[in-house]
Amino acid sequence: MDKKTFVGGVHPPDCKHYSAAKPIEVCPLPEQLIIPLSQHIGAPAKEIVTVGDQVFKGQTIANATAFVSVPIHAATSGRVMAIEPRPHPSGKLLPAIVIEVDGEDRWDPSLKGLDVAHWNSDELRQRIKAAGIVGMGGATFPTHVKLSPPDDKPIDTLIINGVECESYLTADHRMMLEHSEKIIDGINILRRVLGVKQAIIGIESNKPDAIACMTKAAAAHDIEVQALEVKYPQGAEKQLIDAVLKREVPSGGLPMDIGVVVQNVSTAAAVSDAIRLGHPLVERVITISGPAVVEAKNLLVRIGTPMEFLLQQCDGIKYELDKIIMGGPMMGQSQLSLAAPAIRGTSGLLLFGHQDLPHIEVGTCIRCGRCVTACPLHLLPATIASYAILGRFDEAEDYCAHDCMECGCCTFQCPANRPLVQNLRYAKAGILAKQRRT
Amino acid sequence: MLTAVLGLGQIGLVAAIALGWASKKFAVDVDARELAVNEVLPGVNCGACGYPGCSGYAGAVVKEAAPINLCPPGGSEVITAIARIMGLEDDVTEPQVAVVLCQGDNRKTTQKYIYTGMHDCNAANNIADGPKQCPNGCLGLGSCVTACPFDAIEITADDLAVISRERCTGCGLCVTACPRQLIRMTPATATVHVLCNSHDKGGVVRKYCEIGCIGCNICKKTAPEAFKIDQFLAQVDYAHDDDAAMAIDKCPKNCIVDFNSTYPDGSKFKPASIQPPTPACAGKDLP
Repeated sequence: MDKKTFVGGVHPPDCKHYSAAKPIEVCPLPEQLIIPLSQHIGAPAKEIVTVGDQVFKGQTIANATAFVSVPIHAATSGRVMAIEPRPHPSGKLLPAIVIEVDGEDRWDPSLKGLDVAHWNSDELRQRIKAAGIVGMGGATFPTHVKLSPPDDKPIDTLIINGVECESYLTADHRMMLEHSEKIIDGINILRRVLGVKQAIIGIESNKPDAIACMTKAAAAHDIEVQALEVKYPQGAEKQLIDAVLKREVPSGGLPMDIGVVVQNVSTAAAVSDAIRLGHPLVERVITISGPAVVEAKNLLVRIGTPMEFLLQQCDGIKYELDKIIMGGPMMGQSQLSLAAPAIRGTSGLLLFGHQDLPHIEVGTCIRCGRCVTACPLHLLPATIASYAILGRFDEAEDYCAHDCMECGCCTFQCPANRPLVQNLRYAKAGILAKQRRT
Repeated sequence: MLTAVLGLGQIGLVAAIALGWASKKFAVDVDARELAVNEVLPGVNCGACGYPGCSGYAGAVVKEAAPINLCPPGGSEVITAIARIMGLEDDVTEPQVAVVLCQGDNRKTTQKYIYTGMHDCNAANNIADGPKQCPNGCLGLGSCVTACPFDAIEITADDLAVISRERCTGCGLCVTACPRQLIRMTPATATVHVLCNSHDKGGVVRKYCEIGCIGCNICKKTAPEAFKIDQFLAQVDYAHDDDAAMAIDKCPKNCIVDFNSTYPDGSKFKPASIQPPTPACAGKDLP
């Protein structure tokens, strides 16, 4: 099998050895769950329970407030303790529903699975929205929106993202090894909703066992498995489409503009659970890894479990922490403390001590152009960064700064250690602020 | 020799006639009033009026009948002068100065995390709502300093922005530059201000700031007319602020300051007099 890839990108050390061989373990229930109302891209959900209410596992506790929004569900049975601002992985204090866990873990009796054959695609789409399913690769874009292309944009291909190009993370890898049947079932449902025949699973070739496992499972279903060259950020939607189909998403456009929908493997598994069993998205696999953790693990975690509790399940830390990252090391969010909970988009929790971190001194730009070669979106990071520093957002916009997806390849590659992606992010915020003003 | 003189003379004559004709034919009508208005404007091109520079504003006043009181740096003198040129009534606005409503520098407040990024408040505020524990306090990275065309703002050694009342012309550019909306335009005659911008409850404020308003109501009890409490934050009512100075010594957190007697800690600016600031056009001949 030939290996496909995209133009640009970098090769960070993959560091997946900490947790790649560890089977998924079920994380026990903590004493309380903190379930933020904002866990997805789009409008935050609106709570429909009050303090003191008894809730079941899987019960809807907050409703979607717009088309681009999803409901939130209780991740276990218990009592609503509080609805108040709590630490959120974004570093802000955002409203959350706090549930006191009763330990019985009773499913909401009204949740029932149904036979797919009797449902049309609109009903399936409604069900997927009601189950609160979002893109689980980290971007948390509501899945039902991706599955509702307008009539003038016909979809011909469904790409399933099993790339997991971020270092350290092995959650999707383990999902593919242990739940390949469920993923294939989810893909079949997604194909039915979109009415497409062609489905391709993209997996990087550093996971030969996953490729073998998925090829075996997909054989009987007319689903293709495509091995890809190992490169970051191959797991980004637009780069994956480029690698697999050699099609380019236009600037400011969406994959549906070129007839493609991309879904993560974990999302496909969640879709299968939502339709077959009627179970909403209340748990996900999270990789807890990094040099500072005693035992790296892949845990099946309830949404809303505090990070501190997750760390206890991994026997704590070896030495004092200097950096906590939620997500992957390239695009993940640095955390203020371990108080924030795991949410739907949390793919990993990485822990580093002082000695594990590089000590960076920022130099001057030597115009070597490595950031330009590395940029998977073919931007000029150094140029945009210098405009951002000067606050000249109009020029930054002329250079398409708003197309940047903040993958960090430019900063990773810069020999002068310039904070390019940080400046690009600042330019993007400036452009947005300018657009809001006018 | 003679040929050269005559030749050049002829060329000169033809060119002179052509230029003379062109200057009549292609003459641009400039309203004399526009030139006069441009002359009285301060010429700092700060953009506070919302037009591109002083000449842009002069054009707008004459051609588009823009309001004549849009030039804060010019102050009342410029308004009077424009009114005279345009034959309008002078609509003199009260001079204003900008005040940073915060005294919580790095020694008096706590930080959520160590910020090592771009030296810009807007960039810092995008990351987890800024490094300061106080959600509304001054970040001290100087976005307002960059925005100020009059060099009227300084950042103290402990990262707090302070605005000089003498140099501030009231253009308001710093107000839009601040991501936390803690710079306010206030009447230049009002020198007593509550220098805090946090609406958090007293107990919460105490945890992160030594000098923040806790909403204890003592100032309002001392001078009921001069203060109002809005969501645990005292504010001076600038319409009735005659007695505001009485509360300065009573405030348990020392967050009420009279700029006539002192500036916030660490500032190099000298206490201001009660006189309104000198307009930037001072010294120019006014028609």
